[in-house]
Amino acid sequence: MNPRNKVTPGTNRPDTLKGIYAVWWREITVFFRETPRIISSVMSPIIWLLVFGAGLGGSLSVQGLDYQQFIFGGILVQTFLFSSLFYGAYLVWDRKIDVLKAVLVSPLSRSSIFLGKVFGGVTISLMEAIIVLLFGYLIGMNYSAGVFVLALVLVALASAGLTALGLAVGSFMESPEGFQLLSSLVLFPLFFLSGALFPINNLKGPLGILAAIDPVTYIVDILRNVLTGIHYFDPMLDLAALAVFIVGANIIGVWAFSRMKS
Amino acid sequence: MAIIETSKLTKHYGRIKAVDGLNLKIEEGEVFGLLGPNGAGKTTTIKILATLLDPTSGTATVNGFDVEKYPSKVRESIGIVFQEPSTDELLSGYENLKMHSMIYGIPKSEVDKRIEEALSLVELTERKNDLVKTYSGGMRRRLEIGRGLLHRPKVLFLDEPTLGLDPRGRETMWGYVQRLVKELNMTILLTTHYMEEADALADRVCIIDHGKSVAIDTPENLKESMGGDLVTIVSDSPKIGEVKKLKFVKKIEKLDGKYLITVDSAAENLQELLKKIGKVDCVEVRSPTLADVFMKNTGRGLEEAEGGWFDKIVQQSVNKQ
Ligand SMILES: Nc1ncnc2c1ncn2[C@@H]1O[C@H](COP(=O)(O)OP(=O)(O)OP(=O)(O)O)[C@@H](O)[C@H]1O
Ligand SMILES: [Mg+2]
Repeated sequence: MNPRNKVTPGTNRPDTLKGIYAVWWREITVFFRETPRIISSVMSPIIWLLVFGAGLGGSLSVQGLDYQQFIFGGILVQTFLFSSLFYGAYLVWDRKIDVLKAVLVSPLSRSSIFLGKVFGGVTISLMEAIIVLLFGYLIGMNYSAGVFVLALVLVALASAGLTALGLAVGSFMESPEGFQLLSSLVLFPLFFLSGALFPINNLKGPLGILAAIDPVTYIVDILRNVLTGIHYFDPMLDLAALAVFIVGANIIGVWAFSRMKS
Repeated sequence: MAIIETSKLTKHYGRIKAVDGLNLKIEEGEVFGLLGPNGAGKTTTIKILATLLDPTSGTATVNGFDVEKYPSKVRESIGIVFQEPSTDELLSGYENLKMHSMIYGIPKSEVDKRIEEALSLVELTERKNDLVKTYSGGMRRRLEIGRGLLHRPKVLFLDEPTLGLDPRGRETMWGYVQRLVKELNMTILLTTHYMEEADALADRVCIIDHGKSVAIDTPENLKESMGGDLVTIVSDSPKIGEVKKLKFVKKIEKLDGKYLITVDSAAENLQELLKKIGKVDCVEVRSPTLADVFMKNTGRGLEEAEGGWFDKIVQQSVNKQ
């Protein structure tokens, strides 16, 4: 520090967009440096498709589609459902180690930090979805480039809701031990009730009702519709449900994140 | 107006009173030291002031803003170096600083210059592109200090800034702090349990124990409050009666076989003291330290108060025998 350019200390008003970008950039950079996370997030859906789809479904077909192709949309959703939720809930670790505190004491608003994290989760989901969609061509799916892009748009939207939900959970959780609970109480019910692996109208009675309030149901339905044409709901209903979910999850998430102390 | 002010600040964790009715008034441009043993409540106090924790009761303002009511206003004027490492291990030193400067909205034209300055100040220029996980503990500490300064906050909290630094690193660090105050007119609140550190750096020190402030003053006044220099004497048959008559002797205490004598100006009076006391086996003369002040105010030694669990267990088993 040269006395010639003596500067008086002062207050710092952050540039919100730059701040959101900084948080996003950090998330992505760190993600790419954690090799095991990348490998697992790409390999697990492929293994599912190969083992589950080909092994179990070899003899099955649903509405004229090969079972493997039927569950393809579901497995795509599973990929980013798991990664978005876990990515969000990972917050509880960020809080345990002190890295997050350094951001929380900055003048960047809580909602900006939250948004940066959501964008991080969406970006990671998109990268995974691209890999899964490319893999789809290898197992006999055929969709046009336009459908490919449309699917990615839907993935981005859905992941914005799911990441926000994960962040909300991560803000409420007191310690990483709660992670087990997240899987068994949130993740698996959301996934198995969604009709990712079977036709949704197989679920009757109370399970049917649960499936109907599971936001993932609509995410699966619209993606399967786009990719294979099979659907159980009106696409407009799917989109409306998705919109409600994204807005709701983000409102809850921002609220939980803002009330969170370190 | 004081730039940091707390009034009856209190934080309870269940039954533990981490901070207990703390009243502080810190002026702009001051280096203020919180000195106390492990668990005294130093970090808790800093976390409340940095808006990371809400107090159970009492109030605190930083730069004129109440920490509970206007946390984002407070955050605009503070910087903090945490006690625990808080840099990103998977980012390089440079990337950590870059991220920090974006979050604080440092103007683009300034960023590179400031990062360069900070890196050279903490002597990490050569390692700036290595991931932080390859840094030593002390290097990481220095990076955090560099980061805390990057946005030139009005108020800088340093929680045990020299923890894990070697003696050379510690002295360099003291140098930075002194320069910061001089050149940037920052207000610094630092915590430490090294009395030499508080002594070397702080304009004023608050000695804190069990969440309570036991003494606040300049290090000089605190030491002066001890009433003179300390002479320790080991002797079989000292003529205590004679010594008591000397005018410059303030106080005589017997501590496990040693005599602790407080005198005005040992330099002038030691000769006479020794003449009167008779045959001695051993003499030690020293000026009082903040540790003595701590001892006087709490009845315990600073080292003793922070004894590790291992020492305590050993102590307990010894006591039992
Ligand atoms: N999250 C917490 N939950 C329960 N008790 C806590 C928590 N954080 C701190 N404490 C307690 O509050 C007291 C003060 O802790 P604090 O961390 O402020 O001490 P400190 O002066 O910073 O000590 P050190 O020199 O070890 O850093 C301690 O008794 C500690 O056990
Ligand atoms: Mg501490």
